[in-house]
Amino acid sequence: MPAANTIRIIGHRAINAVWRIGMASRFFVLTLLYSGSSFRRFRLIIKELFSTGVMSLIIIIVAGLFVGMVLGLQGYETLQRYGSESALGVMVALGLVRELGPVVAALLFASRAGSAMTAEIGLMKATEQISAMEMMAVNPIARIVAPRFWAGVISMPLLAAMFSAAGIFGGYFVGVVQIGVDEGSFWSQMQAAVDFREDILNGVIKSFVFGTVVTLIALFEGYDAPPTAEGVSGATTRTVVTSSLAILMLDFVLTAIMFRGN
Amino acid sequence: MERTTLDLWVGIFVVGGIAALVMLAMKVGNLGTYNMSDTYQVNAYFTNIGGLKPKASIKSAGVLVGRVTDITLDTGRYEAKVVMSLDRRYQFPRDTFANILTSGLLGEQYIGLMPGGDSEMLKSGETIKKTQSAAVLEDLIGKFIYNKVDEPAK
Repeated sequence: MPAANTIRIIGHRAINAVWRIGMASRFFVLTLLYSGSSFRRFRLIIKELFSTGVMSLIIIIVAGLFVGMVLGLQGYETLQRYGSESALGVMVALGLVRELGPVVAALLFASRAGSAMTAEIGLMKATEQISAMEMMAVNPIARIVAPRFWAGVISMPLLAAMFSAAGIFGGYFVGVVQIGVDEGSFWSQMQAAVDFREDILNGVIKSFVFGTVVTLIALFEGYDAPPTAEGVSGATTRTVVTSSLAILMLDFVLTAIMFRGN
Repeated sequence: MERTTLDLWVGIFVVGGIAALVMLAMKVGNLGTYNMSDTYQVNAYFTNIGGLKPKASIKSAGVLVGRVTDITLDTGRYEAKVVMSLDRRYQFPRDTFANILTSGLLGEQYIGLMPGGDSEMLKSGETIKKTQSAAVLEDLIGKFIYNKVDEPAK
């Protein structure tokens, strides 16, 4: 009966997915509950900020620069057909601040820092460091998970802001310096069109949400990984895949809420 | 608490992030450019606002003097009620003429204020009486066609 078997597999997968969502939610609540003690030991968060935030700086800035340069080039190509190349600044800035900054920075963050977090925690579990902590009455969620979680949540908006800033300079470089769009209209139209609360703050909220989700997925996958070499590698892959999909889906939902009609 | 190079790097990271945010707010956004701290509200009724949107600019002699804050339909007179916030530095006579204009042929719409000659100035909450609606391109084309039809054949 292959048909029945297929249905059984699908049902099994679905139940499993719901189960894992429930576990992840419980894990999230536990992380929040035990974060108090990690804020009292702020040094742990600083250490994690270094490995998640500072180490992602170069990839974020270089990627932002190139994304901005491509936007400048493509935007100019399209806008000059309608004789409105002075709106290039608006296009580059709105595209980066609203969408590309938070989303692309979060995708890079998921593959750069999220995968590392999963592998690290998965390996800790595989080498029984987590069980050893529990034996010593050290809560592994307070000691390992919560500092990483807060480091991710803090660094994501900062990284996204740097991505957008670098991108705008990339667009400026290509549009104004290389192609020769008027510098005054590039900046002034940008300033007239980009609203602080509506665009920039919403972008920051977006990247904050993405930071929370990506870090949570990475930590949960690591914490939940089967303690084998295969299990850790699978968990790392799942982190990147799940968090990328989550970022893109959440981005649609957030954009629909934030920027609907006006 | 000893200082480590790690702290320095994290410090650089946080300062860089905040600097990027400030740069976005000041250089890219409108926070640094036009800060209307002190405004007063003036209403105006238009029979048709065309594509005017909240936050559209209000200009007089080409100078930005305020923003549209709210657009609603007044069901008492079935006209669009536009609430404008004007900068308190700029005062306008009571018989000021409010006009919905378009920047360029396809550009966004804004309100142009043409000052009249009244010696009394508009106060907060007052209504501009003389307004002209947006020129809707379809209407203009329609009028043009009808005029052609009405013309006697030569």
